[in-house]
Amino acid sequence: MHNAPLTVVTRATSGHAVARRDHAWIRWGLILFAVGSLTLLIVVPVVNVFYQALAPGLRAYIDNLVRDPDTLHAIGLTLIIAPVAVIANLVFGIAAAWAIARFKFPGRSLLTALVDLPFSVSPVVAGLMLVLLFGMQGHFGPWLREHGVSIIFAWPGLILATTFVTLPFIARELIPVMEAIGSDEEVAAVSLGASGWQMLWRITLPNVKWGLLYGVILCNARAMGEFGAVYVVSGHIAGRTDTMPLRVEKLFQEYNNPASFAVASLLTLLALVTLVLKVVVARKTRRDLEEAARESAPTGGA
Amino acid sequence: MSSSNRHVLPGFHSSLGFTLVYLGLLVLVPLVACFSKAFTLTWSEFWAAAWTPRAVAAYKFTLGASIASSLVSIVIGFVVAWVLVRYEFPGKRLFDALVDLPFALPTAVAGLVYSTLYVPNGWLGQFLVPLGIEAAYSRLAVVLVLTFLGVPFVIRALEPVLESFEADAEEAAYLLGANRLQTFLRVILPAMIPAVITGFSLSLARGIGEYGSVVFVSGNMPFKTEIAPVLIVAQLEEFHYAEATAIAVMLLAMSFALLVAINLLERWSKRFYA
Repeated sequence: MHNAPLTVVTRATSGHAVARRDHAWIRWGLILFAVGSLTLLIVVPVVNVFYQALAPGLRAYIDNLVRDPDTLHAIGLTLIIAPVAVIANLVFGIAAAWAIARFKFPGRSLLTALVDLPFSVSPVVAGLMLVLLFGMQGHFGPWLREHGVSIIFAWPGLILATTFVTLPFIARELIPVMEAIGSDEEVAAVSLGASGWQMLWRITLPNVKWGLLYGVILCNARAMGEFGAVYVVSGHIAGRTDTMPLRVEKLFQEYNNPASFAVASLLTLLALVTLVLKVVVARKTRRDLEEAARESAPTGGA
Repeated sequence: MSSSNRHVLPGFHSSLGFTLVYLGLLVLVPLVACFSKAFTLTWSEFWAAAWTPRAVAAYKFTLGASIASSLVSIVIGFVVAWVLVRYEFPGKRLFDALVDLPFALPTAVAGLVYSTLYVPNGWLGQFLVPLGIEAAYSRLAVVLVLTFLGVPFVIRALEPVLESFEADAEEAAYLLGANRLQTFLRVILPAMIPAVITGFSLSLARGIGEYGSVVFVSGNMPFKTEIAPVLIVAQLEEFHYAEATAIAVMLLAMSFALLVAINLLERWSKRFYA
């Protein structure tokens, strides 16, 4: 029996082969079922997006993307909002992972649960909470209006909503990686006289760089694709507060399917690029972790 | 990683302080705003807003569709994880990478394409609609798109457990005369239960809160295919803030109750089966 070359744990030896072997018809039946399900659920929809986007021809496809100023604005807005949210959550992720993975303190597991909390809040509810805070009927709405600041139906609301929804991604990736790598090198650096920032830039971040990048990639994909939370806070003002996913919906509502699919095809490309990067970075992260495990094994760390 | 770290490594207070302030401003303040809005209603006003026949139908459908899609996800996800861990076949790497696509694909795109695949003249609808299978603008459509979103959670929860499953147990079962089916049901399956519960709960949590894809495929008919998040948006668009908040609080309560229940179940199953 073959074993996947990439699996961390490779145990199948000839002795186990007989006990673990399935009949060929079971094996191929299951493979067929798995491949068939994934094809129907994932491959067909992805191919269909590009098919429908390109159905009116390449020329019309490009026109759908570049000739419509509202679509262009939506693309630009998404390219601004997503990086802002990612950077905010990157700083947060590093701070949270440092506190949680390196120190023991009362309420540590509660804090970890709190970091994950946005995952169990419906994006629509997240948007609603922001409306209740900053909208005209909200707690701070009248005060903000007096001071000429608009958050709801404007880009600050879009950024807040996106940041909320993507908050856990980077911290979640970093915490286990930092825990697995351990603090030996950092302790050594500090005892040799490195300052906190020197340690962060020269030891901590280089050690976790692949895990960090992995989190950033996932966070960015979600930030660019977020729909429910931004839908509630955006007010759908074409050419002003429509992001790419909102633009997809609006064009669909206007029965302009080719244009809707054209924008959707860009988002699908983003998803495919994300997948490729993810595979590459996941491999590197795993290598780092294996190295860390090997290094700490002789001293009985792990 | 001991508590003595605090005396050796720098940045404990500043990193913890920053984390708390960030979480406080971004997560806790909005949550408090939501609950305090709900508390401005009297108890009977709250129930009148949160427990209308339309809202109850939406809760039932949200929960029902999420549970149904999570169960389907477990069946499909188990087979896919099994095949990816145990067998070799051409294109395996590609399918392994594609499993994560629903994580990366914006939900609006998923909703858009699912809503056009299953209409009568769609790629898949042209075969299914004549058979009486209406998988667009129906309850089935919602279950289907939630399965798309839920299946990767199950696969990625099961894979590492299947990978690290000791061959010894299977070998022992074989040597003791068990056939493959017995070995699977009595040896392998019990060890998978905690991971199955994890995958189920992640998929369920995702399904209950999902909006972007469902709003495209369901047709959003009150009492029939309307999910709770869609109802919240509908109330908001009519400026019914109190009603929207009451339904949101119910939805939050549902998610948090599930989270706690599943945490307990996970702990129990780990102790029971480990």
